[in-house]
Amino acid sequence: VSGRADLARRLDDTIPTTQEVIAMQYLLMLHFPPGRGPQEGTPEFDAEMERWGELNGEMREAGVVLAASGLHPEAVTTVRAPGGDVTVTDGPFAETKEILFSFYIVDVPDLDAATAWAAKMPSADYGSIEIRPMVGFEQR
Amino acid sequence: VSAAGALEQVYRDERAAVLGTITRRLGGDLALAEDVVQDAFVAAAVEWHRRGVPERPGAWLTTTAWRKALDRLRHDRVAAARAPELVQAVSYDPELDFDRSSVDDDQLRMLFMCCHPALGPDVRMALTLRSVAGLSVPEIARAFLSSESAMERRLVRARRKIADARIPFRIPPDELLAERLAGVLRVVYLVYTEGHTTTQGPPPVRGDLCEEAIRLARLLARLMPDEAEALGLLALLLLTDARRAARVGAGGSLVSLDEQDRSVWDAERIGEGAGVLEQALRLGLPGSYVVQAAIAALHARAPAWEATDWPQIAGLYAELERRDPSPVVTINRAVAVGFADGPAAGLAILDGLAADPRLGRYQPLHAARAELRRRAGDAVGADAAYAEAIALSGNAAERAALQRRRRDGAC
Repeated sequence: VSGRADLARRLDDTIPTTQEVIAMQYLLMLHFPPGRGPQEGTPEFDAEMERWGELNGEMREAGVVLAASGLHPEAVTTVRAPGGDVTVTDGPFAETKEILFSFYIVDVPDLDAATAWAAKMPSADYGSIEIRPMVGFEQR
Repeated sequence: VSAAGALEQVYRDERAAVLGTITRRLGGDLALAEDVVQDAFVAAAVEWHRRGVPERPGAWLTTTAWRKALDRLRHDRVAAARAPELVQAVSYDPELDFDRSSVDDDQLRMLFMCCHPALGPDVRMALTLRSVAGLSVPEIARAFLSSESAMERRLVRARRKIADARIPFRIPPDELLAERLAGVLRVVYLVYTEGHTTTQGPPPVRGDLCEEAIRLARLLARLMPDEAEALGLLALLLLTDARRAARVGAGGSLVSLDEQDRSVWDAERIGEGAGVLEQALRLGLPGSYVVQAAIAALHARAPAWEATDWPQIAGLYAELERRDPSPVVTINRAVAVGFADGPAAGLAILDGLAADPRLGRYQPLHAARAELRRRAGDAVGADAAYAEAIALSGNAAERAALQRRRRDGAC
């Protein structure tokens, strides 16, 4: 018996902890630097779309996605209301080097599980995925 | 034994076990676990003084810490609403859990959690020293040249991240194990190197950090006996540490390998390290810690500096350079080649590094060049290189050693 198998067996013999009791939700924010990644209309772009389709199917089957969508990166609006005085402005643009183009909200056991899904996303190759744990009570 | 003495003893011997049990039960919430274990020790200071030391102090502390955790969770309405099973916890017996739990397993889980890549590299080492090694915050602050309050803030922030992002308290699954184990070994290695050559002395060597790193390496090697690199790291640390007593000379100056009194090397550690290295080599393709351990073993086995097997050491450094290229490795290879094939061959290798502008301020490069130039008979060039190395060193003992060699080279 290898040491690791022996260890794994011993570790199974534990009582449930908060990890089994409290679910975790993470917001995955998908960014990419403008100009990187496959361009629309190229075979590479079509191939990536196919990979996204497969991944979304896999995530649906695993039942981990609570919400997800692509975002229009150029149609951003910002609202502020200091002292109730509402101002609506166009943007922000170009303040960040990376464009937020999509998000997922996932329900998974821990950060490693969230990271594993993020690592499978095609845009991880040329962009980045920011993982934010969600504060529990806000989802009720 | 007085209550205060008993408490101190228990703090040293059982804190890790209590913290491990509570952290596991709290699903890896190290922030809450550290708080309630601290509370339990505060309670013990009062209770044990009044009523005497309990028969099983570790179990007492676990039960007390668990009660404190429940109190806090009950007052936290969010947790109470989301985890009624946990807060009620009718069937949970902390004393039994403490008795049944394996300290080693919990320590291993704790190591993987504290060394998780989602935490900053510096804070991984600080967390490991606090929650696995049990060093106090002031001790850790000293090792990092940080103020106590700043170190405490960093630790608190890191523990909050573990809890809020839920970094898991577990041994990583197979697909993550290789990468995560490498991260853990790296932290243990850094704890050792910080002890071996403090970045900003005095003191030049901190034995407590060296011993703690070896203890952690032993734990990893014992629990993961199939992982060659875990064994390799333990062998490397033992073989290197065997020379510790000979490394510091009169007045706290560092003594280089060629000038060390080999009779004070720790023969027992060398024997143990060589045995672990053999075990690691039997597991197949050696990784970089195993290769480094093999180099350390060749030094340890040489009866005198003059009898060092330089050709084999140069070959091992070349192997290391192939698998894990870095300027440090190249410099070491240059030094070994300088002994195996003459200083000119060593200097030629260093010239290849000089093209890299990032290494202009890299102290070991200048120190190695100075030594090789001295041996090649270039006294002027050696003096200039010594001057640069001395100006770039942050460790007073290291500076003193360089100054001495510079003087020796001049005459």
